[in-house]
Amino acid sequence: MVRRVLQALLSLLGVSVIVFALLHLVPGDPVRTALGTRFDPDTYEALRARAGLDRPLLVQYVSWLGGVLTGDLGVSFRTGQTVSSAIAARLPATATLAGASLVIALVIAIPAGIISAVRQGRPVDYVATAASQVGVSIPDFWYGIMLILIFASGFGMLPPSGYESLLEDPLEWLRHLILPAVTAGVVTGAILTRFTRSSVLEAMTADHVRLARAKGLPERTILRTHVLRNAWIPIVTVTGLQLATLLGGVVVVEVVFAWPGLGRLALDAVEARDYPLMQGAVLVIASGFLVVNLLVDLLYARLDPRISYA
Amino acid sequence: MSAPADTDTPLPPRRSQWRRTLEAVVANRLALAGLVVLGLLVLTALLGEAIAPYGANEQDFTARFDPPSTSHWFGTDDLGRDVFSRVLIGASTSLQVGAVAVGISLVLGTAVGLVAGYRGGWLDSVLMRSMDVLFSFPVVLLAIAIVAVLGPNLVNAMIAIGIVFTPIFARVVRGSVLSVREEVYIRAVRSLGASDTRIVLRHVLPNVTAPIIVQTSLSFAFAILTEAALSFLGVGVQPPQPAWGLMLQEGRGVIDLAWWVGVFPGLAIFLTVMAFNVVGDGLRDALDPRQRSVIESRAQEA
Repeated sequence: MVRRVLQALLSLLGVSVIVFALLHLVPGDPVRTALGTRFDPDTYEALRARAGLDRPLLVQYVSWLGGVLTGDLGVSFRTGQTVSSAIAARLPATATLAGASLVIALVIAIPAGIISAVRQGRPVDYVATAASQVGVSIPDFWYGIMLILIFASGFGMLPPSGYESLLEDPLEWLRHLILPAVTAGVVTGAILTRFTRSSVLEAMTADHVRLARAKGLPERTILRTHVLRNAWIPIVTVTGLQLATLLGGVVVVEVVFAWPGLGRLALDAVEARDYPLMQGAVLVIASGFLVVNLLVDLLYARLDPRISYA
Repeated sequence: MSAPADTDTPLPPRRSQWRRTLEAVVANRLALAGLVVLGLLVLTALLGEAIAPYGANEQDFTARFDPPSTSHWFGTDDLGRDVFSRVLIGASTSLQVGAVAVGISLVLGTAVGLVAGYRGGWLDSVLMRSMDVLFSFPVVLLAIAIVAVLGPNLVNAMIAIGIVFTPIFARVVRGSVLSVREEVYIRAVRSLGASDTRIVLRHVLPNVTAPIIVQTSLSFAFAILTEAALSFLGVGVQPPQPAWGLMLQEGRGVIDLAWWVGVFPGLAIFLTVMAFNVVGDGLRDALDPRQRSVIESRAQEA
């Protein structure tokens, strides 16, 4: 377990190096690039000094990393707002969309994957497999636009875009959440369906399952006590991975539905050449991805005593 | 003494591995359908300009937002450009991005995987931990960040996608090299004094091609999807070049007014990605059934 945590810390350090390098790979002077051709020299000097760009690279990295560890991700080149507060403001929207999408994905994937595996080679398996192949191949941004076309523009049942706070108007919050959550959730659900099916199929071929069948145990009992108990552990891992991806911001879904999440913040920062904001958003997203994966792995070891990270 | 072998019994004709693979893929009806779609796509990409009824940027302001009709099968956009012609010509952009991006990740990833797997030790740890770090970034986000640094255009999008997909090739190749390097024939050529470079290029690489081929097909699908996403987000192909993702972005703004502007390019992306996926799955079943998908690999290694 300690080894797994150390490995994650090492990866986090690597992520920090890449994110730090992003700013320094920008051709020319990143502050001047960000400010454009017409800029106030005082603002320019202040931003350069604040970013510490005139110091040696290693000193800059150590100082930047020190700031990151104390929650100081710098200041936005454009708004002057601290990067950490800009990111914190986007977290509720991102968490809401990720959570709702994952619930939709699981509701689709677990029954579809299990039924498909149990009925392997039957029509229901073909339908589920074909549907999941479609789901994996469909561009989520196109599918989202189709949902807007049908349910917002066509039937007028749901708003085409935007976000409402849960505390201010729960009904509108839900109405705004449905289309983006279904868009991200169905694609995630397709991935999970494929994985659930293959995990259950693999567990069904295990020796102890064949023995249980030879003993004459009812299929339902075999499935519940021998197959699913083994199959659901890898499913938990992939679910955690998908949650990490969703938390990282499904950038395109956020753009299609004007959803104010972290991914959209990163994209806006890229478009505005606001490099500290871009660095902060990318760092938080990638670190979140690693941390969620670490937590899932540790949970995995607790769920399955055969697994040890010692 | 055992009876001598019946030398008159004809041996079954020897079939090459590639022939067996092709037969297995063709026997898989879904993969065959995917191959047919890909064949048509390549033809379209090669002949796009010649077979398109209109030029990609030929404008007709008297025909703005015309719905699908016999003169404009997929309708026209806000500048009166023929959507069908742009979809046909856009095929070459998608395939070009797929080929170059996958080519970059194939070369880089294979090199990293071969060195890491063959040499082992600290070099393996350093290379593969670096790949793990790249793997921990969400794909589209990392591509956006790279394009942000390099500047938004088609070439940089291809480089970004190539970098993003390098780790998966490195992992697939390394995994295969680990098992191949312990084979008797490798130990034999090593004992004969062959150099490491010769062993890797002449004996290891040819024996790890199956997983590389499977991964190439699957990565094509992801590369095309990622390029479309980047262009849709405005950081990939730039106007007025016809690219499916970019056309979809243009269509999104006018979806209430002219659904056809966004629907057809999206369908083209979907069919192309689906074709690469089913061919990739077919190749995997035929060549390397144990190989995991990108998602499964990420889960396993996370």
